Amino acid sequence: MTPLTSADLEVDLLIFLLSTLLGQELIRHVSRLLHTPLMALTNAISSVSFVAALIVLSEPGSELVSLLAGVAVALAATNIVSGFLITDRILRLFERRKPKK
Amino acid sequence: MSDLLVEYLYIVSAVLFVLSLKFMSEVRTSRLGNFCGVAGMGLAVVATLGAFQVGRVDLLVGGVIIGAALGAPIGLKVAMTAVPQRTAMSHAFGSLAVALVGAAEYYQGAPAIDTFTLSVLSAEMILGFLTFTGSCLAFAKLQGLITGRPILFRGRTVVSLTTLGAAVASGVLLVAYPGQEYLLPVMAALALLFGFQLVVAIGGADMPTVIAILNSFAGLSAAALGFVLNNKLLIVAGSLDGSSGLILALIMSKAMNRSFVNILFAGVGAHPVAAAVQPGEQGRTAQTYTVEDVATILANAQRVVFAPGYGLAVAQAQHVVKELADVLQARGVDVKYAIHPVAGRMPGHMNVLLAEAQVPYEQLWEMDRINPLFPETDVVMVVGANDVTNPAARTRADSPLYGMPILDVDKAKTVVFIKRSMGAGFSGVENDLFYNPNTMMVLGDAKKVVGELVSAMRKQST
Repeated sequence: MTPLTSADLEVDLLIFLLSTLLGQELIRHVSRLLHTPLMALTNAISSVSFVAALIVLSEPGSELVSLLAGVAVALAATNIVSGFLITDRILRLFERRKPKK
Repeated sequence: MSDLLVEYLYIVSAVLFVLSLKFMSEVRTSRLGNFCGVAGMGLAVVATLGAFQVGRVDLLVGGVIIGAALGAPIGLKVAMTAVPQRTAMSHAFGSLAVALVGAAEYYQGAPAIDTFTLSVLSAEMILGFLTFTGSCLAFAKLQGLITGRPILFRGRTVVSLTTLGAAVASGVLLVAYPGQEYLLPVMAALALLFGFQLVVAIGGADMPTVIAILNSFAGLSAAALGFVLNNKLLIVAGSLDGSSGLILALIMSKAMNRSFVNILFAGVGAHPVAAAVQPGEQGRTAQTYTVEDVATILANAQRVVFAPGYGLAVAQAQHVVKELADVLQARGVDVKYAIHPVAGRMPGHMNVLLAEAQVPYEQLWEMDRINPLFPETDVVMVVGANDVTNPAARTRADSPLYGMPILDVDKAKTVVFIKRSMGAGFSGVENDLFYNPNTMMVLGDAKKVVGELVSAMRKQST
């Protein structure tokens, strides 16, 4: 792996802080009705760590390194699949309840 | 695929994730929100596969097959009452994945890892591992594999803080001596142990807050991994998840008038016998009534409010409650549902259960909106909710519930309290409401009692 330069770190920190603030703003506006599907959705999204596991699998490494990354791939994939599916299932329950116009 | 192209695709993916949360803000656009999430994830995976040559295709394919084989049934089959357990499991999987990638990064780079990267890596692994065991325990409690009551022992705060301190110390040592590979499993074991200690002492009533806190931890550990890999997409997705967990945890703890520290270390409900007032101790007796009595009261009611709690979900009574509401509405009765923010076992859980029973959501009233309406409500039907209706929260300074905002059901003309037994709720505190002169206790399984009410009301109608 390549060491982080201080310029990288600066940009990363900025991104972290800005997306945290953006996240706070976005979540604050989510209807209380939808807090459960919201949590299922954010779970699924944060499983983008799948990508991190892929990157590790692409680097040359020992059997232990590959195995750890392989297990991470399976865990993250489980979350991605179950997270998006269950979010949609919950949202369909709410959609049925749309007020009829 | 060039590195630059990948970076741009990651930016599009990050924007899709942000839009995904944006569209989640209201029901109308929420499914589009989920779709944006799927699209963002798909794009991220495609871009990564295009840019990096995955050497171990066997592990990639095997992992994805296992993930799909586990994830699809979980996503499609889990009952809505079990969604909190699924969420806890998902926090466990997500945080373990992040911790394992962290460990893989370490073993791959050690000992030639710069101090900064290794520091973040250690912090990330500690957070990931402790969230893993904490979430597993939350899962076990929610699934009923172990007791929902807090498990406490003397000096536990000292023990768990010592464990955390030791985990951090081994992390610091690892940073100081990056070549000492044995330090990593030591650190991991201590972090795992701390996560266990953290959640073992937390009771069922605090679960909505705990789940939100674990959500936040899982997100933060993913963001930290993003720093280690200098992967900006991971930072964005992780911090969005971290923010979401934090905000929900704040809302939940506010709804219970408790601080995080109090929730994590106070262990409310550990000593139910000591905390509860013994029935009859003050010469109080609760009035128990039959289904027929309640049917008579309901026959003369104009405004009825249901106050559902987790007990309703356990009894799977949400459908039959909706049936009763329909019967009442057909008679011209005004029906509403009073939703306490921590009703259910995770944020917003009660709304999902009622949506499943096809309760129109115009009838769902949040605590702040419904409380002023109770004095003009004829009958409140409390189904499986206990702590969130306990007037002791307003009146008894010595109660563990004191200060917690509650549904003011006691201000209604009549309260019908459906409960399996006279026992205390999750908090271990007895409900003063049982002894109010205008409270009618109906003991029995919520589903059975409400079902009988439906038939009694139907008989009246004909």
